[in-house]
Amino acid sequence: MSGTIKLGSIFAGSLGAVAILWFTLALPWPTTSLGNRYQLWSISLVVSLTLLCFTFELSWRNMLRLLGVLVLLGSILGRLAIIQFLEGDKTPLDKSNIFAILSEQGSLGIITLGAALLILTGGIDLSVGSVVGLAAVTFGTLMEMGCPPLAALAIVLLLGVAIGFTNGLLVTQLKLQSFLVTLCGMFMFRGFARAINTSNTGLQQAKSNHPEFAESLDSMRALLVGKAANGAVEFPATLVVMMLLAAIVAVILHKSAYGRYWFAIGYNDQAARYAGIGVERQRLSVFVICSTLAAFAGILLLLWGGSANPSNAGNSYELYAITAAVLGGVSLKGGECIAAGLILGALVQPIIFNWMSFDQIPDSAQLWVMGLALLSGTIADELIRRFRRRAKG
Amino acid sequence: MPEEPLLIARAIRKQFPGVLALDDVSVTVRAGEVLALVGENGAGKSTLMKILAGVYQPDGGEILYRGQPVTFSGPLAAMKSGVSLIHQELNLAENLSVQDNLFLGRENTFGGPLKLLDNRPAAKSGGVLLERVGLPASYVSKIVGELPPGQKQLVEIARAIGLDAKLLIMDEPTSSLTQAETDRLYEVIAALKASGVSIVYISHRLAEIRRCADRAVVLRDGRNAGELAKAELTHDNIVRMMVGRDLKQFFPRNHRTTAGATVLELDGLCYRGGPTKPLSLQVRAGEVLGMAGLIGAGRTELSEAVFGLRSQSAGRVLLNGDAVRIRKPADAIRAGILLVPEDRRKHGLVLEASVGANLSLPNLDRISHRGFLDDGAERSLHAEMIEQLRVKTPSAAQAVGLLSGGNQQKVVFGKWLARGPKVLILDEPTRGVDVGAKTEIYTLIDELAGRGVAIWMITSDMEELLGVSDRAVVMHEGHIAGELTRAEMTEQAVMNLATGGGA
Repeated sequence: MSGTIKLGSIFAGSLGAVAILWFTLALPWPTTSLGNRYQLWSISLVVSLTLLCFTFELSWRNMLRLLGVLVLLGSILGRLAIIQFLEGDKTPLDKSNIFAILSEQGSLGIITLGAALLILTGGIDLSVGSVVGLAAVTFGTLMEMGCPPLAALAIVLLLGVAIGFTNGLLVTQLKLQSFLVTLCGMFMFRGFARAINTSNTGLQQAKSNHPEFAESLDSMRALLVGKAANGAVEFPATLVVMMLLAAIVAVILHKSAYGRYWFAIGYNDQAARYAGIGVERQRLSVFVICSTLAAFAGILLLLWGGSANPSNAGNSYELYAITAAVLGGVSLKGGECIAAGLILGALVQPIIFNWMSFDQIPDSAQLWVMGLALLSGTIADELIRRFRRRAKG
Repeated sequence: MPEEPLLIARAIRKQFPGVLALDDVSVTVRAGEVLALVGENGAGKSTLMKILAGVYQPDGGEILYRGQPVTFSGPLAAMKSGVSLIHQELNLAENLSVQDNLFLGRENTFGGPLKLLDNRPAAKSGGVLLERVGLPASYVSKIVGELPPGQKQLVEIARAIGLDAKLLIMDEPTSSLTQAETDRLYEVIAALKASGVSIVYISHRLAEIRRCADRAVVLRDGRNAGELAKAELTHDNIVRMMVGRDLKQFFPRNHRTTAGATVLELDGLCYRGGPTKPLSLQVRAGEVLGMAGLIGAGRTELSEAVFGLRSQSAGRVLLNGDAVRIRKPADAIRAGILLVPEDRRKHGLVLEASVGANLSLPNLDRISHRGFLDDGAERSLHAEMIEQLRVKTPSAAQAVGLLSGGNQQKVVFGKWLARGPKVLILDEPTRGVDVGAKTEIYTLIDELAGRGVAIWMITSDMEELLGVSDRAVVMHEGHIAGELTRAEMTEQAVMNLATGGGA
């Protein structure tokens, strides 16, 4: 009974929050015709917010795990606010910039979810970035060759499934280490992307080759990444897509037996095996989830950017995803993960890059500043955990 | 006519590459009895236990369970039929709650293939299970990793009961428990027995076997060595059957002379994380100072502080009357204060490395010249130590992890002997070592004492304490509760001090 009441009040809160968001951003109200994009986005947001809050266990344990990332995000946001209000010529908190940050958070978040699940179960996937690149290039090339957009999307998702299946089989059946298998995958999938297409692929080319698909491509782009045909950003739809996926992951992780299995496998796979859990099968499915999400992120990358370069699309995304997962409360040792934390973790890297451009940190310095910021976040995390352990005696 | 036995294993044979682990071994487990399985390391206890629990498949023989021939395809199949193995390395997911562990793999779910969790029935029945093993029902929501080892083990037993276990196989269940936890475990075993559950109990501690077993089956070299009824369970009987001969001079004292001058003195020592009350202690040349106390009394911590693994916050360590400053293990080693640690596999040895590499590790300064290893010196060091300590190993190149516990421990001793120890701190020197090798280690301790080494031996094994020590100090809650001369040392006196009873 209390569960229902809790769920109800969280739903009401989410509904209110989304309504306030719509009001402040002066977005079109999602009341009119059925199937309107804004309607889908707002409903998705309410549902995913509700599920995420409902599955998040508000305990000291969890809050302390997320304290590091919260402090990091808070201080960068604070700096952005100072720029906004004290330096009149720059406006980092304006709608367009926030939309840009959130869209990036969305695509990074999608691959972070997969990477985190894999780390939770004691594995790691270094091929994520290359899979993103391969998926983007394949998606573009297929459409340039005349494949309808929806069919191309399905094919690329199946490609992701196949890659995850291969990785997973190599790890679970041949007992190879996931680090090695996916390291090889990192080179191979990047190579495949460059073999499929030597130059940039893009939506423009696809549309001019096959004008009959222009309409469906535009509406897919508008729905999934929130960009109008002319390239203007209507809404950070990528974030909504990510939130929905995160909500599904949260329910699986925290409210279903599968999540329970993954936690057990990551901490002590022997215990899981003795409890009768099909450890190898669970591991295999997590590999599939991870690669499929990466392939999906590749599709969004192309839809968002309009074009993809086989040599660098998705470069080092695997590392961003792993860092985001760790900042979001995942332990590299396995067995620890908070679904809601992953969303926060995925915000760190986009917001740091954004802040650096506003503070005019030169390009040449961006990588080390980024690395240093992430390092301080992880150090803070570790110190908090150590302090907590000591406080407990 | 006694009722039908729960399980009969007949003529079990198990071949591993290069060794016949079990040869024609038979064992019968009656309903509601506690059967002790005894034998030296390598006698085949673990193999037999794993065959009963379905971890291994026998190569010959048959198992009758409740009158029916069975072959368990795996531990899960055995568990479902009511045979559960309580592991030495606990099989719990410590990141999950007690309740999650109790029902791991058989969660109550709804929503078909979505397998959404319904935790309410588990919370209720989980509480009942916990109460049967003497834990409060409210522990269902605790995280397993935050429980002390004894309670973790009880959780594992509760899980087995939840699976309707008829036979529990416990492998060294008390090896990491405190005295209070051990007593608790005995109560639970008694209660289980009363409810008709049979227990196969494996332990190296003969006193425990005397205390809780109804019967003992003794294995030697992979064969049945005999069986002892409750009345026959004396220390001498068990040991005789285990090693197949009388053990004369189990605790040899051939080389002991009267103790000489004080070698190691702790003068008002305090260390980080330790008790506020300063500690003082002397160890004399040629004596074995036994240190007793319950687990958690701070004995290991004190030795770690002396060896430089914990920082000292006050007081002095004196060696032959001179203060030595020890801030890291290298300082202690240079001074000649050497530690044989409690956890041999984790801290004493690099298990994957060879016997030779382990022997060389703390002696690299002696067998190298200007930074380059002198192969000849290294080889002669290995040969000398292996011979002197009678380490049973095919060669110095053998991975040390493949040796038996006793031989591993001899290698740990060998690491230090090459350096000529002044003070040797032994932390539980015979834990996990079989009876035959124990005698060899006691002989070695005796020889070292005879050579004038000051030996400080921390032990939880009462017989070892009484048999080996020349003098004993007893610790209680971080401080020294009292000192006993060899004449005053009795089990009673030691336990009295260890539990805070005062001298």
